[in-house]
Amino acid sequence: MNVAVNPAALTTPALERMARVADEVAARYAADVDATGRFPEETFAALKRERLLGCWIPKEYGGEGLSLTEICGLVARLGQACGSSAMIYGMHQIKMSSLIQHSVGSPWHLDYMREAARDQLLLGSATTEGGIGGDLRNSICAVEVVGDRYRLTKQATCISYGRAADAILATCRRNPDAASSDQVMVVCRKGDYTLRETVDWDTMGMRGTRSEGFELVSEGDARQVFVQPFSEIAAQSMLAMAHIIWTATWYGIAADTVVKAQAFVKAEAKKKPGTVPPGALRLAEVSASLQQMKSLLVAGIARYEEALADESLMNTLSFIAELNTIKVSASQLGIAIAQQSLMILGLAGYRNAGPWTIARNYRDLLSAAIMINNDRILGNTSNLLLISKIDVSVA
Amino acid sequence: MATQIRELIGNHKILPVSMERVRDEDDLYELGMTSFASVQLMLALEEAFDIEFPERMLNRKTFASISAIDRSVSELVSGRA
Ligand SMILES: Cc1cc2nc3c(=O)[nH]c(=O)nc-3n(C[C@H](O)[C@H](O)[C@H](O)COP(=O)(O)OP(=O)(O)OC[C@H]3O[C@@H](n4cnc5c(N)ncnc54)[C@H](O)[C@@H]3O)c2cc1C
Repeated sequence: MNVAVNPAALTTPALERMARVADEVAARYAADVDATGRFPEETFAALKRERLLGCWIPKEYGGEGLSLTEICGLVARLGQACGSSAMIYGMHQIKMSSLIQHSVGSPWHLDYMREAARDQLLLGSATTEGGIGGDLRNSICAVEVVGDRYRLTKQATCISYGRAADAILATCRRNPDAASSDQVMVVCRKGDYTLRETVDWDTMGMRGTRSEGFELVSEGDARQVFVQPFSEIAAQSMLAMAHIIWTATWYGIAADTVVKAQAFVKAEAKKKPGTVPPGALRLAEVSASLQQMKSLLVAGIARYEEALADESLMNTLSFIAELNTIKVSASQLGIAIAQQSLMILGLAGYRNAGPWTIARNYRDLLSAAIMINNDRILGNTSNLLLISKIDVSVA
Repeated sequence: MATQIRELIGNHKILPVSMERVRDEDDLYELGMTSFASVQLMLALEEAFDIEFPERMLNRKTFASISAIDRSVSELVSGRA
């Protein structure tokens, strides 16, 4: 997609530009995106116009070099308007983090990062595989490098916005003889691949992510394979980034229900001056839950930034256990918050339309617990806790 | 000590490949050691050498190869003596 850049984009802070996209575009199309289960193209055209797809990239490569906190703020802000758009934007940023952190020593990837900033490229992900499911650290498919070309075929059972993406970062085994956990990641560029749809996407929520299943067949320049093994990419950035940025997405979607609940209570208070509306107590309660969710997000970001500065922390089991726990807790809190808001909004919130509806938020938040199933994550954490001590420190 | 570590890895079926093929410097994760297996190995090492790994040692690098394990276990065993 070729979009003219908004000249104001470069002088306004990113969060202001995101507020513009969220309020003027994403909110307007969110209901239609949800009802028809389509990619939110207007929102992504606007994000490109506002140059918000490459803003995490360091300045020397053409981006704005934003911090993780700022990126999470952008994701959450978009989440208040359209959950699917925020999840897509978030997943794009998770892929971007791999490019930003693991391109060192690979001129091809450094050039591609420049290109991504210049052309505001949208990056997608293919980790999930038929026969493997959400077990990120194992692959059946393998990349074959012959001469200076790579070739890859993957039964990718879930690629969000696969058709809209400018590239799909796919995990696979290093070569056809490698063990299932000996993986690499390949930047499959649009033009390299064909996508044959194998599973459609007609779901309760997150309908606009269009996370269809495809057979991905890709061929291109062998240098597109990341030099660093995927085990390191996963351990040093991707797992933590996914849990933190997903949490930011769900936080935004949940926060929107609380904003609505507050407006509802306030309207009630104005209708009957001198009385405290019945929902007011529930509002205090749900605001506490939202604050809890925010604390999880803030703590996750702080932990990650600490680990960036101290690599030995990044590789510890306690770090992984902590980030796993944040994802599980945040995914449960999101849906609990929507339920609490629903108690305040009552039937007006339960309706599928109207000013107080939180139906879409609720359905979108239902995906949180299964986006890498919480039971899988808890299973993984339970293994770590056989040896890693429970963290009882304050700092 | 490396011999004993090899035996533990073999007996607990930590790797999907036979131990004869594994050199001391090989990356065990690349040879297919899963995170579940790595925790099983940590538990087996604690039991066999009567040691306890401190949190800072509970990371991928400590257990990435036989020689890395050897270094960490030796450090803990000699610290205890
Ligand atoms: C909105 C949305 C967008 C997504 N977008 C993408 C994308 O762009 N790219 C991509 O690659 N993937 C994507 N996914 C897929 C996601 O990454 C996971 O693969 C998916 O959620 C399934 O993971 P799982 O581990 O729960 O389930 P599966 O691996 O399919 O497991 C199936 C069942 O096994 C059970 N189970 C629980 N624990 C374990 C365990 N320890 N071992 C085995 N089975 C267990 C669960 O009950 C689960 O129902 C998306 C998912 C969602 C919801």
